[in-house]
Amino acid sequence: MPLNKGKRFVERDRSWHPVAYTPGYKTAVARSPSQPLVSLQSPSISEVSGPDFQHLRMGSHDNDLLLNYREGKGQDGLPVGERIIMFGRVTDQFGKPVPHTLVEMWQANAGGRYRHKKDQYLAPLDPNFGGVGRCLTDEDGWYRFRTIKPGPYPWPNGINTWRPSHIHVSVMGPSVSTRLITQMYFEGDPLIPICPIVRTLNDPEAVQTMVGRLDMAHSRPMDCLAYRFDIVTRGELQTYFENV
Amino acid sequence: MKQPNSTPTTDLMLRETASQTAGPYVHIGLALSIAGLPPRQEEIWNRMATPEADGQPIEVVGSVIDGNGDLVRDTFIEAWQADAHGEYQCDFDLEKPFNSFGRSATTVESGGEWSLITVKPGIINAANGKPMAPHINLAVFARGINMQLNTRMYFEDEAEANAACPILNAVESESRRRTLIARREESEDGKVRYRFDIRLRGEGETVFFDF
Repeated sequence: MPLNKGKRFVERDRSWHPVAYTPGYKTAVARSPSQPLVSLQSPSISEVSGPDFQHLRMGSHDNDLLLNYREGKGQDGLPVGERIIMFGRVTDQFGKPVPHTLVEMWQANAGGRYRHKKDQYLAPLDPNFGGVGRCLTDEDGWYRFRTIKPGPYPWPNGINTWRPSHIHVSVMGPSVSTRLITQMYFEGDPLIPICPIVRTLNDPEAVQTMVGRLDMAHSRPMDCLAYRFDIVTRGELQTYFENV
Repeated sequence: MKQPNSTPTTDLMLRETASQTAGPYVHIGLALSIAGLPPRQEEIWNRMATPEADGQPIEVVGSVIDGNGDLVRDTFIEAWQADAHGEYQCDFDLEKPFNSFGRSATTVESGGEWSLITVKPGIINAANGKPMAPHINLAVFARGINMQLNTRMYFEDEAEANAACPILNAVESESRRRTLIARREESEDGKVRYRFDIRLRGEGETVFFDF
Protein backbone atom coordinates (compact mmCIF):
# COMPACT_ATOMS: atom_id res chain seq x y z
CA MET A 1 0.00 0.00 0.00
CA PRO A 2 2.24 2.95 1.05
CA LEU A 3 3.91 3.49 -2.31
CA ASN A 4 2.32 6.96 -2.16
CA LYS A 5 3.25 7.81 -5.68
CA GLY A 6 2.25 11.37 -6.36
CA LYS A 7 1.99 12.22 -2.67
CA ARG A 8 3.82 14.91 -0.80
CA PHE A 9 4.03 15.69 2.87
CA VAL A 10 3.73 19.03 4.61
CA GLU A 11 7.18 20.46 5.30
CA ARG A 12 8.60 19.69 8.72
CA ASP A 13 8.88 22.75 10.91
CA ARG A 14 12.37 22.20 12.19
CA SER A 15 12.15 24.97 14.76
CA TRP A 16 9.09 23.28 16.26
CA HIS A 17 11.05 20.05 16.56
CA PRO A 18 14.26 20.17 18.57
CA VAL A 19 17.20 21.43 16.52
CA ALA A 20 20.28 19.20 16.39
CA TYR A 21 22.71 21.28 18.47
CA THR A 22 21.32 21.61 21.99
CA PRO A 23 24.22 21.98 24.43
CA GLY A 24 22.01 21.60 27.52
CA TYR A 25 21.73 17.98 26.42
CA LYS A 26 25.44 17.25 26.39
CA THR A 27 25.53 14.22 24.11
CA ALA A 28 24.01 16.32 21.33
CA VAL A 29 27.11 18.51 21.11
CA ALA A 30 29.36 15.96 19.39
CA ARG A 31 26.46 14.23 17.61
CA SER A 32 24.87 17.17 15.80
CA PRO A 33 25.79 18.14 12.24
CA SER A 34 27.48 21.52 11.87
CA GLN A 35 26.47 21.84 8.22
CA PRO A 36 22.92 22.71 7.19
CA LEU A 37 20.62 19.95 5.97
CA VAL A 38 20.32 19.71 2.20
CA SER A 39 16.66 20.22 1.27
CA LEU A 40 15.21 18.07 -1.47
CA GLN A 41 12.88 20.43 -3.29
CA SER A 42 11.04 17.59 -5.02
CA PRO A 43 11.07 14.48 -2.89
CA SER A 44 11.09 11.27 -4.92
CA ILE A 45 9.39 7.95 -4.43
CA SER A 46 12.39 7.10 -2.18
CA GLU A 47 11.10 9.62 0.35
CA VAL A 48 7.33 9.45 -0.05
CA SER A 49 7.07 5.65 0.13
CA GLY A 50 7.53 3.47 3.19
CA PRO A 51 6.96 0.03 4.65
CA ASP A 52 3.55 -1.44 5.42
CA PHE A 53 3.63 -3.89 8.33
CA GLN A 54 0.22 -5.54 8.00
CA HIS A 55 1.96 -8.86 7.25
CA LEU A 56 4.35 -8.69 10.18
CA ARG A 57 3.34 -11.60 12.38
CA MET A 58 2.88 -10.41 15.93
CA GLY A 59 2.26 -12.26 19.15
CA SER A 60 -1.08 -11.88 20.90
CA HIS A 61 0.53 -10.03 23.83
CA ASP A 62 2.89 -7.82 21.87
CA ASN A 63 0.96 -4.74 23.06
CA ASP A 64 0.42 -5.99 26.62
CA LEU A 65 3.46 -5.38 28.79
CA LEU A 66 1.73 -6.82 31.85
CA LEU A 67 1.83 -10.23 30.21
CA ASN A 68 4.43 -10.24 27.45
CA TYR A 69 7.59 -10.73 29.47
CA ARG A 70 6.55 -13.39 31.92
CA GLU A 71 5.39 -15.34 28.90
CA GLY A 72 8.85 -15.27 27.45
CA LYS A 73 10.30 -16.53 30.73
CA GLY A 74 7.65 -19.07 31.62
CA GLN A 75 6.90 -17.22 34.85
CA ASP A 76 3.47 -16.48 36.17
CA GLY A 77 3.73 -13.25 38.16
CA LEU A 78 2.58 -9.75 37.29
CA PRO A 79 4.92 -6.75 37.21
CA VAL A 80 5.02 -4.33 40.16
CA GLY A 81 3.79 -0.78 39.64
CA GLU A 82 0.92 1.42 38.48
CA ARG A 83 -1.20 -0.50 35.98
CA ILE A 84 -2.14 1.75 33.08
CA ILE A 85 -3.61 1.66 29.60
CA MET A 86 -1.78 3.93 27.17
CA PHE A 87 -3.83 4.62 24.09
CA GLY A 88 -4.52 7.20 21.45
CA ARG A 89 -5.05 7.94 17.84
CA VAL A 90 -2.56 8.54 15.08
CA THR A 91 -3.75 11.20 12.63
CA ASP A 92 -1.97 13.37 10.12
CA GLN A 93 -1.80 17.15 10.33
CA PHE A 94 -5.12 17.45 8.50
CA GLY A 95 -6.79 15.23 11.08
CA LYS A 96 -6.99 12.23 8.78
CA PRO A 97 -6.57 8.93 10.66
CA VAL A 98 -3.43 6.93 9.91
CA PRO A 99 -4.70 3.33 9.82
CA HIS A 100 -2.65 0.11 10.03
CA THR A 101 0.58 1.85 10.94
CA LEU A 102 3.22 0.38 13.22
CA VAL A 103 3.44 1.92 16.70
CA GLU A 104 6.27 0.64 18.90
CA MET A 105 7.16 1.61 22.46
CA TRP A 106 9.74 0.85 25.11
CA GLN A 107 10.26 1.99 28.67
CA ALA A 108 11.86 1.49 32.07
CA ASN A 109 10.09 -0.39 34.85
CA ALA A 110 8.28 1.17 37.83
CA GLY A 111 11.63 1.97 39.48
CA GLY A 112 13.19 3.59 36.42
CA ARG A 113 15.37 0.62 35.50
CA TYR A 114 15.65 -0.57 31.90
CA ARG A 115 16.02 -4.21 30.96
CA HIS A 116 19.11 -3.45 28.89
CA LYS A 117 22.53 -4.83 29.60
CA LYS A 118 23.95 -1.30 29.53
CA ASP A 119 21.68 0.05 32.29
CA GLN A 120 23.53 -0.13 35.63
CA TYR A 121 21.16 1.96 37.76
CA LEU A 122 20.87 0.50 41.27
CA ALA A 123 17.06 0.25 41.18
CA PRO A 124 16.26 -3.42 40.59
CA LEU A 125 14.87 -5.14 37.53
CA ASP A 126 11.37 -6.55 37.76
CA PRO A 127 11.39 -10.26 36.93
CA ASN A 128 7.98 -9.92 35.30
CA PHE A 129 8.60 -6.84 33.20
CA GLY A 130 10.42 -6.52 29.89
CA GLY A 131 9.37 -3.04 28.76
CA VAL A 132 8.69 -3.43 25.05
CA GLY A 133 5.46 -3.27 23.08
CA ARG A 134 4.19 -2.92 19.53
CA CYS A 135 0.91 -2.87 17.64
CA LEU A 136 -0.71 -1.64 14.46
CA THR A 137 -3.26 1.14 14.53
CA ASP A 138 -6.75 -0.01 13.63
CA GLU A 139 -8.93 1.09 10.72
CA ASP A 140 -9.54 4.47 12.40
CA GLY A 141 -5.98 5.14 13.56
CA TRP A 142 -6.35 3.96 17.18
CA TYR A 143 -3.65 2.07 19.08
CA ARG A 144 -3.45 0.79 22.65
CA PHE A 145 -0.98 -0.73 25.08
CA ARG A 146 -1.32 -2.03 28.62
CA THR A 147 1.68 -1.45 30.84
CA ILE A 148 3.15 -0.20 34.12
CA LYS A 149 3.80 3.51 34.55
CA PRO A 150 7.59 3.90 34.29
CA GLY A 151 9.59 5.58 37.03
CA PRO A 152 11.95 8.55 36.64
CA TYR A 153 15.67 7.83 36.64
CA PRO A 154 18.97 9.67 37.00
CA TRP A 155 21.40 10.03 34.11
CA PRO A 156 24.85 11.52 33.72
CA ASN A 157 24.24 14.92 32.14
CA GLY A 158 24.35 17.51 34.88
CA ILE A 159 25.40 16.46 38.39
CA ASN A 160 21.81 15.79 39.40
CA THR A 161 19.78 15.28 36.24
CA TRP A 162 16.68 13.07 36.17
CA ARG A 163 14.45 12.03 33.31
CA PRO A 164 10.74 12.50 33.89
CA SER A 165 8.69 9.31 33.65
CA HIS A 166 8.41 8.62 29.94
CA ILE A 167 7.59 6.00 27.37
CA HIS A 168 9.55 6.03 24.11
CA VAL A 169 7.17 5.93 21.16
CA SER A 170 8.03 5.10 17.56
CA VAL A 171 5.57 5.53 14.70
CA MET A 172 6.13 4.86 11.01
CA GLY A 173 3.18 6.60 9.38
CA PRO A 174 2.57 6.30 5.64
CA SER A 175 6.19 6.81 4.52
CA VAL A 176 9.78 7.23 5.62
CA SER A 177 9.05 10.98 5.50
CA THR A 178 6.57 10.67 8.35
CA ARG A 179 8.84 8.42 10.46
CA LEU A 180 8.91 9.75 14.00
CA ILE A 181 10.40 8.75 17.32
CA THR A 182 9.27 10.70 20.36
CA GLN A 183 8.62 10.26 24.08
CA MET A 184 5.35 10.36 25.95
CA TYR A 185 5.51 12.20 29.27
CA PHE A 186 2.85 12.08 31.97
CA GLU A 187 0.55 15.00 32.68
CA GLY A 188 1.54 16.97 35.77
CA ASP A 189 5.04 15.52 36.21
CA PRO A 190 7.17 18.30 37.78
CA LEU A 191 10.32 16.85 36.22
CA ILE A 192 9.10 17.69 32.70
CA PRO A 193 10.03 21.41 32.66
CA ILE A 194 13.51 20.84 34.10
CA CYS A 195 14.56 17.97 31.84
CA PRO A 196 17.40 18.86 29.42
CA ILE A 197 15.98 16.50 26.78
CA VAL A 198 12.51 18.07 27.00
CA ARG A 199 14.25 21.44 26.87
CA THR A 200 15.78 20.63 23.50
CA LEU A 201 12.40 22.02 22.35
CA ASN A 202 12.08 25.78 22.23
CA ASP A 203 8.33 26.04 22.17
CA PRO A 204 6.25 25.14 25.26
CA GLU A 205 3.35 24.31 22.94
CA ALA A 206 5.50 21.72 21.22
CA VAL A 207 6.22 20.14 24.61
CA GLN A 208 2.48 19.77 25.10
CA THR A 209 2.30 17.48 22.04
CA MET A 210 4.35 14.94 24.02
CA VAL A 211 2.25 14.87 27.20
CA GLY A 212 -0.11 11.95 27.79
CA ARG A 213 -3.33 12.97 29.59
CA LEU A 214 -5.00 11.11 32.39
CA ASP A 215 -8.26 9.76 30.95
CA MET A 216 -10.63 8.58 33.66
CA ALA A 217 -13.31 7.70 31.13
CA HIS A 218 -11.13 5.02 29.59
CA SER A 219 -9.69 3.68 32.83
CA ARG A 220 -10.94 0.36 34.24
CA PRO A 221 -12.47 0.60 37.72
CA MET A 222 -10.59 -1.46 40.31
CA ASP A 223 -8.05 -2.42 37.63
CA CYS A 224 -6.06 0.26 35.82
CA LEU A 225 -5.88 3.96 34.94
CA ALA A 226 -5.66 5.23 31.36
CA TYR A 227 -3.47 7.83 29.66
CA ARG A 228 -4.34 9.15 26.24
CA PHE A 229 -1.56 10.08 23.86
CA ASP A 230 -2.55 11.18 20.35
CA ILE A 231 0.16 11.30 17.73
CA VAL A 232 0.19 13.65 14.75
CA THR A 233 2.25 12.75 11.69
CA ARG A 234 3.01 15.02 8.74
CA GLY A 235 0.03 15.98 6.61
CA GLU A 236 -0.33 14.13 3.36
CA LEU A 237 -0.94 16.10 0.17
CA GLN A 238 -1.68 15.10 -3.38
CA THR A 239 0.59 16.58 -6.01
CA TYR A 240 -1.09 18.72 -8.60
CA PHE A 241 0.28 20.31 -11.73
CA GLU A 242 3.78 18.79 -11.61
CA ASN A 243 5.98 18.31 -14.69
CA VAL A 244 4.02 20.64 -16.95
CA MET B 1 12.28 27.82 28.20
CA LYS B 2 12.89 30.41 25.51
CA GLN B 3 10.27 32.32 23.58
CA PRO B 4 8.37 30.33 20.97
CA ASN B 5 10.27 30.57 17.72
CA SER B 6 8.49 28.14 15.48
CA THR B 7 6.21 29.37 12.74
CA PRO B 8 2.74 30.42 13.92
CA THR B 9 0.01 27.81 14.07
CA THR B 10 -3.02 28.01 11.89
CA ASP B 11 -6.05 26.27 13.23
CA LEU B 12 -6.51 24.60 9.86
CA MET B 13 -3.63 22.29 10.51
CA LEU B 14 -2.48 20.28 13.53
CA ARG B 15 1.13 20.50 14.62
CA GLU B 16 3.25 17.40 14.15
CA THR B 17 4.08 15.59 17.39
CA ALA B 18 7.54 16.79 18.38
CA SER B 19 10.55 14.52 18.02
CA GLN B 20 12.77 13.35 20.85
CA THR B 21 16.01 11.38 20.87
CA ALA B 22 15.68 7.60 20.73
CA GLY B 23 18.01 7.55 23.76
CA PRO B 24 20.59 5.00 24.90
CA TYR B 25 18.14 2.09 25.27
CA VAL B 26 16.45 2.24 21.87
CA HIS B 27 17.38 -1.42 21.42
CA ILE B 28 14.84 -2.55 24.04
CA GLY B 29 12.10 -1.41 21.73
CA LEU B 30 13.50 -1.66 18.23
CA ALA B 31 16.50 -4.02 18.32
CA LEU B 32 15.68 -6.58 21.01
CA SER B 33 18.61 -8.93 20.47
CA ILE B 34 21.07 -6.07 21.06
CA ALA B 35 19.43 -5.24 24.39
CA GLY B 36 19.57 -8.91 25.39
CA LEU B 37 15.79 -9.41 25.22
CA PRO B 38 14.21 -12.61 23.86
CA PRO B 39 12.95 -12.23 20.28
CA ARG B 40 9.24 -12.11 19.55
CA GLN B 41 7.46 -14.14 16.89
CA GLU B 42 8.95 -11.94 14.16
CA GLU B 43 11.47 -9.12 14.38
CA ILE B 44 12.36 -6.43 11.86
CA TRP B 45 16.11 -6.66 11.43
CA ASN B 46 19.06 -6.40 9.07
CA ARG B 47 18.48 -9.32 6.70
CA MET B 48 16.62 -7.52 3.93
CA ALA B 49 17.35 -10.17 1.29
CA THR B 50 17.56 -13.95 1.43
CA PRO B 51 19.79 -15.86 -1.05
CA GLU B 52 16.67 -16.37 -3.21
CA ALA B 53 16.20 -12.63 -3.81
CA ASP B 54 16.78 -11.29 -7.33
CA GLY B 55 19.86 -9.16 -7.86
CA GLN B 56 23.42 -8.95 -6.66
CA PRO B 57 23.77 -9.93 -2.99
CA ILE B 58 25.74 -7.38 -1.03
CA GLU B 59 26.60 -6.58 2.53
CA VAL B 60 26.64 -3.00 3.67
CA VAL B 61 28.70 -2.13 6.74
CA GLY B 62 29.75 1.03 8.43
CA SER B 63 30.61 2.91 11.57
CA VAL B 64 29.13 6.08 12.94
CA ILE B 65 31.65 8.66 14.14
CA ASP B 66 30.96 11.69 16.32
CA GLY B 67 32.46 15.16 16.21
CA ASN B 68 35.45 14.07 18.28
CA GLY B 69 36.29 11.24 15.91
CA ASP B 70 35.03 8.63 18.35
CA LEU B 71 32.82 5.69 17.41
CA VAL B 72 29.15 6.00 18.27
CA ARG B 73 28.36 2.58 19.70
CA ASP B 74 24.67 3.06 20.38
CA THR B 75 23.34 4.05 16.95
CA PHE B 76 20.12 2.61 15.57
CA ILE B 77 19.76 2.70 11.79
CA GLU B 78 16.84 2.19 9.44
CA ALA B 79 17.28 1.46 5.75
CA TRP B 80 14.84 1.90 2.88
CA GLN B 81 15.76 0.84 -0.62
CA ALA B 82 14.35 -0.41 -3.91
CA ASP B 83 14.77 -4.01 -4.99
CA ALA B 84 17.11 -5.05 -7.81
CA HIS B 85 14.48 -3.99 -10.36
CA GLY B 86 14.11 -0.49 -8.96
CA GLU B 87 10.78 -1.20 -7.24
CA TYR B 88 9.98 -0.50 -3.61
CA GLN B 89 8.65 -3.61 -1.89
CA CYS B 90 6.39 -1.82 0.58
CA ASP B 91 4.55 -4.87 1.84
CA PHE B 92 6.89 -5.99 4.62
CA ASP B 93 6.74 -9.76 4.89
CA LEU B 94 9.54 -11.92 6.24
CA GLU B 95 8.38 -14.81 4.06
CA LYS B 96 9.33 -12.85 0.95
CA PRO B 97 12.90 -13.05 -0.34
CA PHE B 98 13.35 -9.28 -0.26
CA ASN B 99 12.07 -6.43 1.90
CA SER B 100 12.78 -2.80 1.16
CA PHE B 101 12.94 -1.99 4.87
CA GLY B 102 15.60 -3.07 7.34
CA ARG B 103 17.12 -2.10 10.67
CA SER B 104 20.56 -2.35 12.19
CA ALA B 105 22.55 -1.00 15.11
CA THR B 106 26.08 -0.35 16.21
CA THR B 107 27.15 -1.87 19.51
CA VAL B 108 30.28 -2.24 21.57
CA GLU B 109 30.29 -5.97 20.72
CA SER B 110 30.09 -5.37 16.96
CA GLY B 111 33.21 -3.19 17.09
CA GLY B 112 30.92 -0.22 16.57
CA GLU B 113 29.72 -1.38 13.15
CA TRP B 114 26.24 -1.72 11.70
CA SER B 115 25.51 -4.01 8.79
CA LEU B 116 22.77 -4.88 6.33
CA ILE B 117 22.43 -8.02 4.25
CA THR B 118 20.71 -6.99 1.08
CA VAL B 119 20.91 -6.73 -2.71
CA LYS B 120 22.13 -3.82 -4.75
CA PRO B 121 19.13 -1.59 -5.50
CA GLY B 122 18.03 -0.84 -9.06
CA ILE B 123 17.49 2.56 -10.61
CA ILE B 124 14.44 4.64 -9.75
CA ASN B 125 13.31 7.89 -11.29
CA ALA B 126 13.23 11.16 -9.42
CA ALA B 127 10.02 13.23 -9.27
CA ASN B 128 10.99 14.95 -12.55
CA GLY B 129 11.37 11.60 -14.34
CA LYS B 130 15.18 11.69 -14.43
CA PRO B 131 16.90 8.54 -13.15
CA MET B 132 18.52 8.64 -9.73
CA ALA B 133 21.66 6.58 -9.17
CA PRO B 134 21.16 3.40 -7.10
CA HIS B 135 21.00 4.35 -3.45
CA ILE B 136 19.85 3.29 -0.02
CA ASN B 137 18.02 5.77 2.21
CA LEU B 138 19.31 5.64 5.77
CA ALA B 139 17.87 7.20 8.91
CA VAL B 140 20.24 7.53 11.87
CA PHE B 141 18.86 7.55 15.41
CA ALA B 142 20.85 7.63 18.66
CA ARG B 143 21.26 9.15 22.06
CA GLY B 144 22.22 12.78 21.46
CA ILE B 145 20.37 12.93 18.12
CA ASN B 146 17.19 14.89 18.76
CA MET B 147 15.59 14.01 15.45
CA GLN B 148 16.73 11.30 13.08
CA LEU B 149 19.31 12.28 10.48
CA ASN B 150 18.35 11.25 6.96
CA THR B 151 21.07 10.42 4.48
CA ARG B 152 21.58 8.38 1.33
CA MET B 153 24.24 5.85 0.55
CA TYR B 154 25.45 5.68 -3.06
CA PHE B 155 27.85 3.17 -4.64
CA GLU B 156 31.44 3.90 -5.64
CA ASP B 157 31.19 1.63 -8.71
CA GLU B 158 28.27 3.62 -10.17
CA ALA B 159 30.32 6.69 -11.03
CA GLU B 160 28.44 7.53 -14.21
CA ALA B 161 24.98 7.24 -12.65
CA ASN B 162 26.19 9.13 -9.58
CA ALA B 163 27.45 12.01 -11.72
CA ALA B 164 24.00 12.34 -13.31
CA CYS B 165 21.89 11.82 -10.17
CA PRO B 166 19.62 14.82 -9.57
CA ILE B 167 19.63 14.26 -5.80
CA LEU B 168 23.41 13.99 -5.50
CA ASN B 169 23.64 17.11 -7.62
CA ALA B 170 21.35 18.93 -5.23
CA VAL B 171 24.39 18.89 -2.91
CA GLU B 172 26.22 22.01 -4.00
CA SER B 173 29.62 21.13 -2.62
CA GLU B 174 31.47 18.49 -4.58
CA SER B 175 33.59 17.48 -1.62
CA ARG B 176 30.47 17.00 0.47
CA ARG B 177 28.88 14.84 -2.26
CA ARG B 178 31.70 12.39 -1.73
CA THR B 179 30.53 11.76 1.84
CA LEU B 180 27.54 9.91 0.34
CA ILE B 181 29.55 7.36 -1.67
CA ALA B 182 30.19 3.93 -0.15
CA ARG B 183 33.50 2.17 -0.85
CA ARG B 184 33.46 -1.24 -2.52
CA GLU B 185 35.38 -4.04 -0.86
CA GLU B 186 35.62 -7.59 -2.17
CA SER B 187 36.42 -10.36 0.25
CA GLU B 188 38.55 -13.39 -0.59
CA ASP B 189 35.49 -15.56 -1.15
CA GLY B 190 34.19 -13.11 -3.76
CA LYS B 191 31.49 -11.52 -1.57
CA VAL B 192 30.85 -7.87 -2.27
CA ARG B 193 30.71 -5.45 0.59
CA TYR B 194 30.22 -1.71 0.68
CA ARG B 195 31.56 0.36 3.52
CA PHE B 196 29.69 3.51 4.44
CA ASP B 197 30.93 5.41 7.46
CA ILE B 198 28.70 8.18 8.75
CA ARG B 199 30.37 11.22 10.27
CA LEU B 200 27.90 13.16 12.36
CA ARG B 201 29.89 16.35 12.80
CA GLY B 202 33.11 18.06 11.78
CA GLU B 203 35.67 16.95 9.24
CA GLY B 204 34.17 14.90 6.45
CA GLU B 205 30.68 15.45 7.89
CA THR B 206 28.12 13.32 6.06
CA VAL B 207 25.42 15.14 4.11
CA PHE B 208 22.03 14.91 5.78
CA PHE B 209 18.81 15.74 3.98
CA ASP B 210 15.53 17.45 4.73
CA PHE B 211 12.58 16.23 2.65
